[in-house]
Amino acid sequence: MQNTKLYKNNLYKVMSNSISFSSLSCPMPKFDFDTINMGHGSGGILTHQLLNSGVFSILQNDMLNQKHDGAIFTANGKLAFSTDSYVIHPLFFPGGNIGELAVNGTVNDLAMCGAMAKYLSLSFIIEEGLAMKEFWEILVSIKKACDKANVQVVTGDTKVVEKGKGDKIFINTSGIGIMHPHANIALSNIKEGDAVILSGYIADHGVCIMSKREGLEFETDVKSDTVNLNFTIEHLLNEFGNEIHFLRDATRGGVASVLNEIAKDGNLGVDILEKEIPVKPQVSGACEMLGLDPLYVANEGKFMMVVDAAKTQDVLNALRKDTNGTDATIIGHITKEHIGQVILQSRIGGKRVVNMLPGEQLPRIC
Amino acid sequence: MKYLSEYRDADVVNKYLDELHEITTKPWTIMEVCGGQTHSLVKNGIIGLLPKNITMVHGPGCPVCVTPLQLIDKAVYLAEVQKVILCSYGDMLRVPGSKKSLLEAKANGADVRILYSPLEAVKLASENPDKEVVFFAVGFETTAPANALSVLHAQRQGITNYSILTSHVLVPPAIDALASDEANVVQGFLAAGHVCTIMGISEYYPLVEKYKMPIVVTGFEPVDLMQGITMLIKQLENGEYKLQNQYSRVVQPEGNKDARSVIEQVFEVREREWRGIGTIPISGYEVKPEMKNFDANVKFNIQIEAQPNNNECIAGEILRGIKKPMECPQFGKKCTPLHPIGAPMVSSEGACAAYYHFANINAEHETV
Repeated sequence: MQNTKLYKNNLYKVMSNSISFSSLSCPMPKFDFDTINMGHGSGGILTHQLLNSGVFSILQNDMLNQKHDGAIFTANGKLAFSTDSYVIHPLFFPGGNIGELAVNGTVNDLAMCGAMAKYLSLSFIIEEGLAMKEFWEILVSIKKACDKANVQVVTGDTKVVEKGKGDKIFINTSGIGIMHPHANIALSNIKEGDAVILSGYIADHGVCIMSKREGLEFETDVKSDTVNLNFTIEHLLNEFGNEIHFLRDATRGGVASVLNEIAKDGNLGVDILEKEIPVKPQVSGACEMLGLDPLYVANEGKFMMVVDAAKTQDVLNALRKDTNGTDATIIGHITKEHIGQVILQSRIGGKRVVNMLPGEQLPRIC
Repeated sequence: MKYLSEYRDADVVNKYLDELHEITTKPWTIMEVCGGQTHSLVKNGIIGLLPKNITMVHGPGCPVCVTPLQLIDKAVYLAEVQKVILCSYGDMLRVPGSKKSLLEAKANGADVRILYSPLEAVKLASENPDKEVVFFAVGFETTAPANALSVLHAQRQGITNYSILTSHVLVPPAIDALASDEANVVQGFLAAGHVCTIMGISEYYPLVEKYKMPIVVTGFEPVDLMQGITMLIKQLENGEYKLQNQYSRVVQPEGNKDARSVIEQVFEVREREWRGIGTIPISGYEVKPEMKNFDANVKFNIQIEAQPNNNECIAGEILRGIKKPMECPQFGKKCTPLHPIGAPMVSSEGACAAYYHFANINAEHETV
């Protein structure tokens, strides 16, 4: 009885604490606990406290407020469905945190299919001991990222695992998006002579994360490029529709992995020019210091497009007008020669094959 | 970027290329000793730009590649059985031992960490006084000062739970062994610029005289390599054999005395096994007896027997320049960077991995 009362009181306390998302900061309501423990994943009172005072209060919308086992909605037409899990360390980094990454990542995966994200599911696997303050900060970022991308979290789940069985918090998001009526994105649409466009400076996210890892800390002003790309893609599809043959965001595995997917899965050859690939000097310097190749380093706000040769310049001009594509370049072309291989022409004019990465990119000794 | 962009200038590279095409009249086989140079040559596509009658042989200068199987087994043993925090440079992790690699040991729960500096390992030891911390001190003369310095730091700070597992090899004895080999095909060497930054260049004069072979101390950027190759070919075409220093903006003839003094306080020169090549006299560093408290071999009384190398791997012939990676029947088939049979397929400085990553393995020619 006492517990129920506490639960109700707490809920009331939080509900009465009005939250304004129009303001930049979002103060954390007062909780009865500072850290998340196993009880918060038990399905009992503590779970309800965590959800009602935390997740539901901040992410509320009509569908989530139903507190059903799932979301019920009507949808018409062609849909896309995608999922991704986020296990990043550290959780907070210059330019963002795991929360907005989890929203942007799935929104972008849908965008690359030619779909505009509408609904997300959101699942947390929390390691006991996570500070409520950190969880709150992540929730606020999720909310802000959802608002920015015009997407709603409509269902979710929270589990807590014992200390040592996780890494503070893992997040999974799945998303449903509505296909753009003009989108026709498929490897099979790519043809010889098509141009490969890269949307901007590469390797910022990966270098930023590495600069904050224990044992590797180095000073840099590089920030993660995490951003939602759905509106950028929507505008391009509005204007160019099926002249855009293929889209993919260059996340894990970087630009090199996307190019290899095009070459190997599409049974095509890809020629690229090293001098056209934008890398900031500080990112390039950090990669050299760490013995890494920026072509394989992760991005969270960059994508690649394969477009019809005749429309290349128009697409590039349009993309450059978008804040997510101001530094876009044409990095190469599709060829019927050297099928299955990506060949890079180096700055000095030599050529080499850019292969898939075998496992994790390990830093060179010297 | 000062001292970097100038050495990646396509116009300067082309100037040297034109000169090289002009002066090269006979077929020449030359070796870049250092894995860093191999990496740069292939990454920048330089080999495909050279005159067809210049053959580049990729030498044994990848420390990861020449680290004996037994030492990998020792590192795995320390991590798995002795439960130490085993710290290593990144690309050692995937090198196969006789049973497993450090990466596999890590996946099985061993505490294996990638570090960029041995001084980080000393810090780790001071932060974890209840654990033993071992740094896998791999490298040529280049990394020896930092590895030695970590021992001096630990000693100065009274840290007793830190030690190193040494796998240090030396360049001049390797050139000596290669040049004296009956099967040697190499007519001139590009010596490793960073090694000479530490050690100076005096050790190379006797080699030039003994084998009447030109040696050019060379850097790592495209312009460095093109200039170094041009200097070497000029000598060969003129019938000369001299020691030249292309990398003079970094390499002083006497080297870095302070760095050498640090090495001498911790290490002594001994005979050493090179994976795939065999034992070379006075070709490696081991921790001095008076520093034995920091020698993981002594501290943990490691008794690991040497296991035979995989006989499908022709790393020895590749590292001596007798065969090219593509001439290995396993190259790109059974042996890939994902499933390396031999060490040269592991590190991106390794000759096989460099070819696999950067060269067209389906093409008839070395590079596309």
